[in-house]
Amino acid sequence: MREITTAELPGVGVRQEFVTAGNERVAVVAHRSGRRELALYRHDDPDACRAVVDLDSDDAATLATLLGAPHVAASAAAMQPIEGLAIDWVKVGAQSPAVRSTIAQGGYRTRTGASIVAVIRGDDTMPAPGPEFVLEAGDVAVAVGTAEGLTELRGLLDP
Amino acid sequence: MTSVLATAAASSTAIGFIEVGAVALGLSLLARLAGRLGLPSIPLYLLAGLVIGEGGLVSLDISADFIARSADIGVLLLLLTLGLEYTGEELVTGLRRGMTVGAVDAVLNFAPGFACGLLLGWRVVPSLLLGGATWVSSSGVVSKIIADFGWTANRETPAVLNLLVIEDLAMAVYLPVVSALVAQRAFAATTVTVVVAVVAVAAIIAVSVRYGRHLSRALHGASDESLLLAVFGLTLLVGGLAEQVHVSAAIGAFVVGVGLSGPVQHRAGALIAPLRDLFAATFFLFFSFQLVPSTLARAFVPAVVLAAVAVATKFVTASLAGRRARLGAPARFRAGALLSARGEFSVVVASLGSTTADGSDLASVAAAFVLLTALASPLLAKWSARRPAATTTPV
Repeated sequence: MREITTAELPGVGVRQEFVTAGNERVAVVAHRSGRRELALYRHDDPDACRAVVDLDSDDAATLATLLGAPHVAASAAAMQPIEGLAIDWVKVGAQSPAVRSTIAQGGYRTRTGASIVAVIRGDDTMPAPGPEFVLEAGDVAVAVGTAEGLTELRGLLDP
Repeated sequence: MTSVLATAAASSTAIGFIEVGAVALGLSLLARLAGRLGLPSIPLYLLAGLVIGEGGLVSLDISADFIARSADIGVLLLLLTLGLEYTGEELVTGLRRGMTVGAVDAVLNFAPGFACGLLLGWRVVPSLLLGGATWVSSSGVVSKIIADFGWTANRETPAVLNLLVIEDLAMAVYLPVVSALVAQRAFAATTVTVVVAVVAVAAIIAVSVRYGRHLSRALHGASDESLLLAVFGLTLLVGGLAEQVHVSAAIGAFVVGVGLSGPVQHRAGALIAPLRDLFAATFFLFFSFQLVPSTLARAFVPAVVLAAVAVATKFVTASLAGRRARLGAPARFRAGALLSARGEFSVVVASLGSTTADGSDLASVAAAFVLLTALASPLLAKWSARRPAATTTPV
């Protein structure tokens, strides 16, 4: 797995990027609205994009399938037709009981119905954390669930 | 007798409808034209205000009061949606990371407006307001250009957005302070008001960061209709209360926006946007509608010079911020082009001073200044996008 760097875009969402073996930088901007942008950068001006592809959530799921990410694709496909299912970034607050406890101990899925599908820590992103994964203060949990479930999860992780 | 009065009232209602309707249709055409030309609509709305204003081509008699009231609501909704863009956490992390750049930005871009006011022989308070108008970039115009040009994934974008967050936060302190100064009371009373204002803003933001989600949770179950009314009501209510304690109403509205978080934030944003567009358009229109033609003529030269200087100082700011973020010269140029745009906040700041001495000169210079910078920014952005990156002029 390559190193993924994350930049927050206040008011927009999150940009994550990595550099391929062929020295090509690839970035994905996840808008809060659920829209995705896939971007490739110019060689003469590495800060600017030479191509940007707009992806809605269907497109993103399809692209993930084509790239052979069955796990992500399965969960994305499963959530697709379900009205009201949302994805959100939830920060783990310093005072939260979740700090230094595992996802299993928190019982988040049982209590809120929302699943943590990835954890962003500093510049690293850990996809599909297992039940034994230990959360730290300042982590950002990427969670999928109903709007209510996500609000409850926010209450648990960042009281 | 009563029937005569009734007829007069009915015809004034009719004329009011006709005037407001014609104005709205005119604005709609301008918004469309702006979209076609790839320009922000604010400068065109300001021009429209000149056309129907004093000494303009057409004059509004009956509906001026209605438009004035809509303009006041427009300010609150602009600030509400600005607050809705950000979560409390984003404001806090933005502040922590961007202090230095934010301070440089404040000094470099406040100075031109303040100096310009003093050079024009204005008093200190209107000069402070012009400084505020040159300081803040327009979040609205900048985010529109970023979206239009497909620059969201660009590496200068986080730096630009972070600076906008800092500026918006700084405005939360600046606006109540200048409102207190505009009120022009004894020194001791002003000091007390300023302290109260700053403490109140800090307290409200702290509360909204900590407890905002309770509000969001309470509103979450509401239907669209009920949520729209709740957010609209809350904005006006908190804005009014803030104004009562001499913290500007605009900041009350901003704080309501920050306080709403999670799913409610997105829904409220989507629901309130059309209402915001409607009232904000009347705000820009009304601002230039009130301009006095004689002050406008003498505002022209200072505004052009000020715009040139204030675009340059934003480029310097962008260059420094870009160097910290290790961006190349073309990216720093793009950041400068983006940040050059002044808009809604500058007009809000200038409108605070409209009742002070030199207030009508301030309004005219600010209107012309916003018009020029809001047009310059997308044009500079377009220019930087068209040039091959390797040869873009380094800044």
